Formats: sequence, C-alpha cells, structure tokens
Amino acid sequence: MLEHAFMQRALLAALGIGVVCGGLGFFVVLRRLAFVGVGISHAAVGGVALGLLLGVPPLAAGGVFGVAIALGIASVGRKSRLGQDTVIGVFFSGAMALGLALASAGRGYPQDLFAYLFGNVLAVGPRELVGLFVLAAVVAAGLAATFRAQLFVAFDEELASAYGHRVGALDALLLVLLALTVVIGVRLVGVLLVEALLVVPAATAALWATHYRARLALSIALGAGAGALGLALAWQLDLAVGATVALVAVAGFFVTLALRRS
Amino acid sequence: MTEAVVRIAGVTVAREGRVVLEEIRFDVGAGAFVGVCGPNGAGKTTLLRAILGLVPLAAGRIDVLGRPAAERARSGNGIGYVPQRHAFPPDFPAYALDVVRLGRLHQREGRAREQRAAEEALARVGIAELAARPVGRLSGGEQRRVTLAQALCASSKLLILDEPTVGLDLPAEQEFYALVRSLRDELGLAVIAVSHDLLALAGAADHLVCINRRMHVHGQPEDVIHSHALREAYSCEFDFLAGEIAHHEGRTHAHRHDPDAR
Repeated sequence: MLEHAFMQRALLAALGIGVVCGGLGFFVVLRRLAFVGVGISHAAVGGVALGLLLGVPPLAAGGVFGVAIALGIASVGRKSRLGQDTVIGVFFSGAMALGLALASAGRGYPQDLFAYLFGNVLAVGPRELVGLFVLAAVVAAGLAATFRAQLFVAFDEELASAYGHRVGALDALLLVLLALTVVIGVRLVGVLLVEALLVVPAATAALWATHYRARLALSIALGAGAGALGLALAWQLDLAVGATVALVAVAGFFVTLALRRS
Repeated sequence: MTEAVVRIAGVTVAREGRVVLEEIRFDVGAGAFVGVCGPNGAGKTTLLRAILGLVPLAAGRIDVLGRPAAERARSGNGIGYVPQRHAFPPDFPAYALDVVRLGRLHQREGRAREQRAAEEALARVGIAELAARPVGRLSGGEQRRVTLAQALCASSKLLILDEPTVGLDLPAEQEFYALVRSLRDELGLAVIAVSHDLLALAGAADHLVCINRRMHVHGQPEDVIHSHALREAYSCEFDFLAGEIAHHEGRTHAHRHDPDAR
C-alpha cells in the first residue's frame, strides 16, 4: 500500500497523530479530562463550520475556536461554583449548535463538514502534513516543558500551589494543548472519534504500567500503533480509516483488560 | 533575639463577606513547635492557607522568613507543607522518590541535586527502602511519611502540617509526632501543626494556640488544656481523664487572648 504517495503521507500523519494523542492522553486519563476532550472536540465543529463558511482553512478555524473554548472552560470552570462538567456541557453544546446552524445556513458544504466529523487522513496533502507536524511539535514542546509541574498538579493541586506552581496557568495550558491535539486528531479519526485516540491508548497503558515514564511511553506507542495498524487494516478491508483506528485502539484496551484480569 | 520564622500580626480573613478569622496574632520562632487547635469550622485550615499565602488577608500581615506570605507563595520557597489528606490516589503512576522530588521542583536546581535531596529526606523519615515503591500502594502511615519527606525536601526551615494524622491509628499517630519532634530537634525546624485531636497535639507541641474564628487562648499545652477559655472556644466541657501531657515539665500560665486589651 505504501507505493502510493498519499498512503505514505497518511501513514506519517497517522503515526504523528497517534504519538501526540497518546502523549497528551496520558494527562487526559490521569486528570480525568475525558469529558473535556469530548467537549473541546465537539466545540471544534463550530470553528470548522465557521472556517468553511468564511473560506479560511477549516482546521485552523477549528483550532482557534477549540483553544478559545478551552480557555473559556478553564476560566469559567475556576470562577463559577458550577462543576467543570457542567461548564463543559454549556460550552460544547453552544459551540456545536453554532456549527450545525452555520452548516444549515450555508450552501454546499455540509459534505465537507462530514469529512471533519469522521476524519479523512487519506486526503492529507504535503503542506497539511507539514502543518500537522508543526502543531504536533508545539504540543510536544509544551508538554515536555511543563511535564513534571503538570504531574504535580495531577498529584495535588493545593500542594503544587503552595510550592509556587501556577496551577491556573498550567490548567489553561493543558486545555490549550488538548485543543490543539483535538485539531490534529480530527484529521485522522474525525471529531466524533478523536476521543478514542485521546483516552483509549492512555487507558490501556494505565492498565499495564505503574510508573509515569513507562505509562507515557506505552501510551505514545499504543497511539502510534493504533494509527498505523488501523490505517493498514482499513486499506486491506476497505473500511473507514477513522473508525478502524478507533476500533483497533478499543480492541487493544479490551484484550489488555482480559489479560490483566486472568 | 532571633527573628520569628512566621509572624502573624492582627490577621483577619473574610470569605464571601463572612469573617472566618479575626485579629489572629502570634509568632513562631526557629525550633518552636506550635499546635493550632479549635473546633470544626474554627478557621484552622484557613489560617494555614493564609500562612502559605494562598488566601488574601482582609487586615493584618503575615511574614514568613522575613517576607510577606503572598510574596513567598509566588516563589514557593521556604516552606514544607503536609496538606490534609486521607490517602494518595491509589493508581497514581509515581514512586515515593518521584513524589518527594516534586517538593523541590520549583527550586529548579537540576536533577542530581533534586534526587540527592529527596533521597536524604526519605532516609531522615526512615523509609529510604520505599523509594522505588508505587505511592498508591503504601500504607497510610508510610504515605504520611512520604509527604513529610516531600516537605523536608522542600524546606528545612518551616514545616506546616494540616491534620497530619487523620486516618492513622494511635500508635502510628504517636510515632508520626515523635518523628516530627525529632526532626525539629535535629534540624532546628519551626513547626506549625493544625489538628482537631487536641490531646495528640498537646502531647506533641511546645505551645498551643486555640482559635475559633478569633484567638481564645495560647500558652503551654498543659495550661491551655485546663483553661476555661478552651472550653469557651469549643463551647463544651472536657473530661481529660486520659489527658496527661507527658513531655512538659515546666509550667507557665496560659494567656487568654483579648485583642481589645492591646
């Protein structure tokens, strides 16, 4: 299958996306941010629809929108008495509704929107591949620079505050990185299934590894593995790539669960 | 006269329009072990959070190691903090040594020095052999020692303990306070401990401060525990059949605190 240039690009994209989603997924699982990931990914639909309507690159618009929603969730979630899950519910339904309203108002682009809902990694061009890798490098750099401080916040927020760590800023940064990761992941599995890459490899890794270094490495490897294997299986079996990648990741989780229980 | 490690001067804290601490005033010198007691909701934890610089003051001033508490909080330096907690997250992916090292992360002094300080701190609290054990799998007493080691790793000048023995049985509680006292003697640490367990605290501290929104009484534990002002603070009578306080030989009078007399 790798004799085709588009498949070579798709494989590189799948590997890169799997690595970033697996890496950030470590914190999504550790800090129980799965619902935040759902919220941001669905909210990004609003940005993508806006991008399609205004003629700006939809992923860039989705990214800006996702980051804005992430910062909104971080800010309102900290200041209000409502729980963060409630705040996410408000933001995500509002942003997604905006996306669907824009899709119904515009003409001719709902089909394009569907490509972002379900992913279309086979259509990644050379320039977009570079863009994906630049975004992936930004996420990886942000995560690497703050990794242990983020680990400390995950361990105990108040303790981290007492030792001078800016918990609010670290939270906001993590959500921004999550929004960027969602935008990257959408290209492979789509808005509706990006959660599979954000949560499942890291959850599988958590079943195997008791130390953060091993867990992070395994989560990254499983993310990349699901991306590459899912792409290959989809090619062989003529299935939708996004759904096959998600199914591979989920199958890995249940196999692990069975092995760890036996 | 040596400068106070902590100086609390006429501190008032209000939350949502309600005064939770009023006119609190006492000093803690190097090598002193001060116990803060009071009934539930008396403002004990708020007082510790104010010393840590994590809550704004409505009036008064707190200096920690010669600097305003809020300024110290931004750097994270100078304190070791053991927060109120029942247990570590059971699946937290870190070993005891990693958690202790996090206490020194804000000092950004390099991996080797951080590692050495953490190993020394674990040895000081007598659990060097647990360094490579997952923290979530340690017993309650061992977890408490890990947090104490983390606090020591962060600072060898001031130790702040919030309900440090909650969830421990009596022998483990006595062992914990004996360890804190020996560390205080060895390192010349100033210690401030908050506890709802009046007798345990009275047995460990050199000086007791009893608060219930305002300061009701302060002095040596034997005197405080038999004072009328203590009963007033708790709004109840005590029966101290088992209330022998072992380590104090000297005796001075407890001071009933009257801010208006100043």
